[in-house]
Amino acid sequence: MVKKGTWVQLHSVVLKPGERAPQVPQDTAQAPLEQWVKGWLLADAEIGQPAQVKTRTGRTVTGTLVKENPAFDHGFGGFVPELLEAQESILRASRGEDSHA
Amino acid sequence: MRDNSYQAVMARKNAIMKSAVGLDYSQFESGRIAFDYEAMMAAPGLDIKKISVIQREYGVGNTPLHELKHITALSRKYAKPGFGARILLKDEAANPSGSFKARRAALSVHMAKEMGYQGVVTATSGNYGAAVASCCAKAGLKCIVVQECFDSRGLGQPEIVEKARKCEAFGAEVVQLTVGPELFYTFLLLLEETGYFNASLYTPYAILGVETLGYELSSQCKERYGAWPSAVVATNAGGGNLTGTARGMQKAGCESPVIAASVNLKGLHMASDQAFNRKSFTTGHTGFGMPYTTWPDRSDVPRSAARPLRYMSRYVTLTQGEVFYTTEMLSVLEGMERGPAGNTSLAAAFCLAQEMPEDALLVVQETEYTGAGKHPNAQLSFARANGVRIMSGNPRDEVPGESIILPQNPGQMACQEVDLNHLRKSLISKAIEGAALPLGEDDLQFLAEETRSDAAYVKGVINHIQEGSS
Repeated sequence: MVKKGTWVQLHSVVLKPGERAPQVPQDTAQAPLEQWVKGWLLADAEIGQPAQVKTRTGRTVTGTLVKENPAFDHGFGGFVPELLEAQESILRASRGEDSHA
Repeated sequence: MRDNSYQAVMARKNAIMKSAVGLDYSQFESGRIAFDYEAMMAAPGLDIKKISVIQREYGVGNTPLHELKHITALSRKYAKPGFGARILLKDEAANPSGSFKARRAALSVHMAKEMGYQGVVTATSGNYGAAVASCCAKAGLKCIVVQECFDSRGLGQPEIVEKARKCEAFGAEVVQLTVGPELFYTFLLLLEETGYFNASLYTPYAILGVETLGYELSSQCKERYGAWPSAVVATNAGGGNLTGTARGMQKAGCESPVIAASVNLKGLHMASDQAFNRKSFTTGHTGFGMPYTTWPDRSDVPRSAARPLRYMSRYVTLTQGEVFYTTEMLSVLEGMERGPAGNTSLAAAFCLAQEMPEDALLVVQETEYTGAGKHPNAQLSFARANGVRIMSGNPRDEVPGESIILPQNPGQMACQEVDLNHLRKSLISKAIEGAALPLGEDDLQFLAEETRSDAAYVKGVINHIQEGSS
C-alpha cells in the first residue's frame, strides 16, 4: 500500500493502437501512445492499481500507479574504449606523433 | 463533454493556439503563399537593446567567446600552407540552463508574464524544456514540459531523461510520452486544460531571443579582433538557431556568411518506435534540419519565425562519430567538457577552417552543458546496448542507426556538402502545393526571399516542376 501524499509516478495510455495519427509509421501505429506523470498521491493505493495524483502545477491526473518515490537512475554508462582511443589519437596528432598528419 | 479524440482536438488546433500564443497571425497573411514575415517579427515591438535588457533580468546572454587555439593548430596540420582559420567558440553553456535555448525561453516567458498567463507549456525533448523551466522559475510562473522520451519498451533516451531531471530541478512538471507526433495532441490538450502560454520554439519571441546571440558574437569579434567573423557556423535542426543568429548579426551590421551544420541521421524515421533509441543524437540532426529547412511552417504555430533557408549560405553534415570525436577534442585540447549535440557546428568548423586562410575568423556560435545521460560515454554505451556497432574507423562508413564510427585520426574528419539548390526546389515545391498558378508577383518575391534567390530562379523551378508533373 502506498500512502496518500506520497510522491509517485502514474502511467496511462493516451491513444490505443487504432486511435493513433494516420501519418505514423507502422511500428509506431502498432503501439499505444503512453504517458508518465508524477505527483502526490490523492488517496492510498496499490502499485498496479488505478490512482489519482496532484501534479506540481496543481493538475489532477488519473492513471495506473507504477512507482513510489520515482528516482532518476541515468548515468554515464559503461566504459567505452573507443572514446579513450579517440582522445589518445587526438593528443598524438596534436603532439605531431601521428603519421597521418 | 468536450470531444478529446485525436481528430477532434487537431480540428480545434487553430483556436487553441490563438489563445495560447497571444498573437493573431491572420494580420500578416495575404491569403496566398506570401505573408509579411518582417511585420510578424516586428509585431512584438521589441528592439535588440530591449531584448538584451530582458534577457539580463533572467541572467541570460553575454556569454564568453573563446579562441580555440589548440583546435585551430590541430586543424592547420591538415590544411594547405597559409590555411586554417582561427576557430572561436561562443560558450552558450554559460547560460543559466546550459544552452543558447535560454535566449529563446527568456523572451517567451517574459511575454507570457507580461500578457498575464499563469503558466507556460512547452513541447520539447531538448534543452529548450530546461530553458523554459529555468526562466519560469525566475519569473514565478508554472511550467509544464511535454517530452517524447520512451520507446514502446519503456526505454528512455538517456539524453532526454536527463532533460526531464533538469526540468524537475527547476520546479517544472514533466509529462513524458512514448514515440510519436501525437505529442502535439497531448500538448494541445494541456494548453486547453490549463490556459497556459504556448512557449513554442517558433514564435517571433523565440527567434528574436536568438538575435542577441548573433549580435553579441559579431560585436565581440569586432571588438577583440577589429573585424567581423569571416563566417559563422550554426548547428541546424528546427532552424531557429540559424535564423536568429543571422538576423542578429545583420542588426550588428555584419553580413558574413552563416553556414548550417547537422548530424547526418539519413534513413532513420523520426516517428519510428524502433528507430527512436537507435539515434544517438536527439537534436541538431538532419531528421529535423532537412524538413524544417524546406517546410518551416510544419511547426506548431501558423507561421514559423524560423526560416533558415533565407539566411544560410551553405549547409554541411557530419557523422555522429565525427561529432563525438570533436567533443573529445574540445575536452582534451581546450579543457572544455560540453554536450555532444551542440558540438555539431564545432565539428563542421574543424573541417571548414581548413578551406579558409589563417587570418580568417570562423565563429562556432554555441555549446551546451553536459552531464549524466547527455555525454559521449552515456550515449555511446546506450547505443551499444541497443545494437548499434561502436568502433574506430573511417567515418565515411558510418550507417545511421547501425553504426557509429569514431575517426582514427583528425585527418579523417570531412564535412559533407548538402546541395542548397535541392533544398530550394524542395521548399518551392512544397509551398506551391495546391496553389493556383501562375503565381502573382508578391508570391514570387516571397519565395525568392524564402530561398535567397530571385524571381527568375523561382519561375524556373516552378516551370521545371510543372514539366515534370505533366
